Amino acid sequence: MAAATDERNFKVIGTRPIRHDGVDKVTGRARYGADYAFPDMLHGKMLRSPYAHARIKSIKVDKALALPGVKAVVTSADFPELPDKMEAAGEAPVNLAHLSENLMARDKVLYDGHAIAAVAATSPHIAEEAVKLIEVEYEVLPPAMTVEDAMKPGAPIINPKLRNKEEGDKPTNVAAHIQFKRGAVEAGFKEADFIVEREFRTAMVHQGYLEPHNAVAIYNADGKSTIYTSTQGSFAVRALASAVAGVPETSLKVVPAEIGGGFGGKLTIYLDPIALVLSKKTGHPVKMVMSRADVLRATGPTSGSTIRCKMGCTRDGKLTAAEIWMAYEAGAYPGSPVGAGAMTIIAPYNIPNMIIDAYDVVVNRPKTAAYRAPGATNAAMASETIIDELAEKCGIDPIEFRLKNAVKEGDPQTAGPPYKRIGFIETLEAIKNSPHYKSKLEGPNRGRGVASGFWFNVGMNSSAVVNLNADATASLVIGSVDVGGTRAAQAMVAAEVLGIKAEDVRPSVADTDTIGYTDMTGGSRTAVTTGAAVFMAAEDAVRQLKERAAKRWEVKPEEVAYQDGVLSCGDKRMTIKEMAAQFARTGGPISGRASINLRSVGPSFATVCVDVEVDTDTGKVKILRATCAQDVGKALHPSYVEGQMQGGTAQGIGWALNEEYVYDDRGNLRNFGLLDYRMPTCLDLPQIETIIVEVPAPGHPIGSRGVGEVNIVPPPAAVANAIARATGVRMTELPMSPPRLLKALLKKRGSADTQVAAAGR
Amino acid sequence: MSKKVVVETTINGEATEFLCEPRQSLLEVLRDELELTGSKEGCLTGDCGACTVIINGRPTCSCLVLGVEAQGKKIDTIEGLARPEGLHVLQRKFLEHAALQCGICTPGFLMSAKALLDRNPSPTEAEIRYALAGNLCRCTGYDKIVRAVIDAANTLSGARAA
Ligand code: FES
Ligand code: FES
Repeated sequence: MAAATDERNFKVIGTRPIRHDGVDKVTGRARYGADYAFPDMLHGKMLRSPYAHARIKSIKVDKALALPGVKAVVTSADFPELPDKMEAAGEAPVNLAHLSENLMARDKVLYDGHAIAAVAATSPHIAEEAVKLIEVEYEVLPPAMTVEDAMKPGAPIINPKLRNKEEGDKPTNVAAHIQFKRGAVEAGFKEADFIVEREFRTAMVHQGYLEPHNAVAIYNADGKSTIYTSTQGSFAVRALASAVAGVPETSLKVVPAEIGGGFGGKLTIYLDPIALVLSKKTGHPVKMVMSRADVLRATGPTSGSTIRCKMGCTRDGKLTAAEIWMAYEAGAYPGSPVGAGAMTIIAPYNIPNMIIDAYDVVVNRPKTAAYRAPGATNAAMASETIIDELAEKCGIDPIEFRLKNAVKEGDPQTAGPPYKRIGFIETLEAIKNSPHYKSKLEGPNRGRGVASGFWFNVGMNSSAVVNLNADATASLVIGSVDVGGTRAAQAMVAAEVLGIKAEDVRPSVADTDTIGYTDMTGGSRTAVTTGAAVFMAAEDAVRQLKERAAKRWEVKPEEVAYQDGVLSCGDKRMTIKEMAAQFARTGGPISGRASINLRSVGPSFATVCVDVEVDTDTGKVKILRATCAQDVGKALHPSYVEGQMQGGTAQGIGWALNEEYVYDDRGNLRNFGLLDYRMPTCLDLPQIETIIVEVPAPGHPIGSRGVGEVNIVPPPAAVANAIARATGVRMTELPMSPPRLLKALLKKRGSADTQVAAAGR
Repeated sequence: MSKKVVVETTINGEATEFLCEPRQSLLEVLRDELELTGSKEGCLTGDCGACTVIINGRPTCSCLVLGVEAQGKKIDTIEGLARPEGLHVLQRKFLEHAALQCGICTPGFLMSAKALLDRNPSPTEAEIRYALAGNLCRCTGYDKIVRAVIDAANTLSGARAA
């Protein structure tokens, strides 16, 4: 791979062309998963558990099957039993038994909404009626809804087979305990002049993508099948759906439809193998689309959590020690992002002495899935508000406090090798020097808060093909789905290397039979890894162009230079256009390709500044102004980078103020619609200012870091810090919704009143 | 299941007849019977605005209207927004401002914004935010959408002044 090109003058990268799939998307022509239809297609619907925890005693489907129009009903009996251990499947090890049981319960249902059976019928309405005719007998069991419930002695055991290393053969709800340690914690706290310790709770929240999950499956008589679906990773769907359905992996082709948002929630599967087995059973194409209620009840939100965080610093603001205990709700099966939470919680700071204990805990809620920097936002709510409080105690500006402790190249990460070149300090400086931070905030009950965040980003595998056309335009084929500007950004990378215009590259996202293996669009990896693959595929095409020219000019290929679309050697010159027109006569078509595995990528930092106004009568918080500064390495298409930063900030604000899963004491979700699961509207948000920081990632041909995730990490803590500065109340629970904040305000007022009364006496 | 009903409407300026079951929503009819899949389904409860169409000049969640209620009405959907001469100025501005990421909310926003500009050609930012508050977007944080609509309104009023 080429060396980092910090000083390179990019011609296309960094500009803002119109996205290639734009016209399709503003005219309603783009085809999302739910837009696919085929002749003779059936519609599938799912029966879901009304209980949070119950044993399934029997399922009777004959009445449903007897309804005219119903073609098949499937239950777990129609799916193979899979091994209860971690196995490689697609991009990461997966416990296939858990995956399969989550999609179709076997002997127990583990959360409200857990799938039990599916019906295929000639219309979605008939399928829905048939679902109501399925008779299930349950033995209802007590649920464990929170980590506290699930960890206490005598708690209902959710998965009887679950064990962890520390408890030996004892059934448990604790799937894992992870620990990180450095230095001598007790001694570290002795050095501290100030210590703050608090306990935090954050609510389970959903990614909230606007498009419900969907899948259309077609099983052919020859055993080959195709699935059309909106997914972040078509190769992951191929691996996971084939395993759950019990068909050979490569007998399945997955066609990625346009995708209406994912944010991590569409990295895994729900409907795909169910539709496939229904198709196999009926011989028809089968389409399944979730309702919004199903999305909220039964697809993976991210973990709620309990975090106890204690940190100490010297009078002049040097952090000396941290002691952290954190437990995350995994949902019904193991796999919360608590490990990532532990590795990110103090990642931005040099703290010589620390201990972090992290617990992955199963509860009777849907199995959690990835959500934008999974685990890091919960964690930052704890650490970044404590840092703010320490800064306040020291009388130091919160940005200065962070600058005193910020990590830079060579400093240790929580786990793993020391940081390479990173841009945390640059994001702090960017906010410090921003018009926002320099402006005065005046008025009653107003406050300004800042917070920072860290995220790893991942590399993994990508493939790309660049085909030159005879008119010197190019087609670009990638396997990374386009969740928000991928085609445009990747076409720009190809155009940069080929020395042509972005508009002259036609990008397409290919299915699993058409492009080499490509991991998911997730982990902020697409711009980085697929970007590197496209860069190298285009370089491969350029190499071939040079060889052609060399042959023609009877020189060595190394003697041929290529710049801005012109081949040259001494005084000989030829444009890519002239060369392209002669492909057929000079050795055939030119097609560049690259398939790569990127191991290490540059991590990202973001710092967010928020101004709030608190209505002290109602507890409602108004966001007056928000600015996000993020190190992206190198922005490919700045508009879409800004869009990621704004979108992540907005999601973080929703998490901060409104969003939460509300379960009643029987474990039923009470807010399974978008009116009650309240995401921010445009009336709830101001314009969101962005500052793109570019500290190139070492070892990457363009210098890109991921852009998609870290921006969601700081906002909840930044809002909490702003509320503290506006009202003097330190919030330790998310969301900081009006009732919760009002309660805290009244409590403070009450104690102030008592003090006043006491002083008056 | 009750018998299907014949419904006569005008869709995107074309007289259109369709057959539908009384229980089918207008959104379902548009998408599944008429193959106009540009209107999107995000919730079916009137909370997301992805299904917004304009009925007799008013922006409406088509998931909350029955197909049979479309009898005699004039319906505009995203498929009718562009003209053979080119994109509507709102569509152009959405592209120029990068006002979409995944794009699933875009048809609904465009229809709500069109209904707004048809009735109020020079809205303030607050009026725009108010008019678009029934449309959810989870990707963009709304910033670029609002800027695109402001720019479209300015372009339209500039064209009128000229
Ligand atoms: S689908 Fe109609 S408002 Fe959401
Ligand atoms: S662009 Fe994805 S929901 Fe708006």
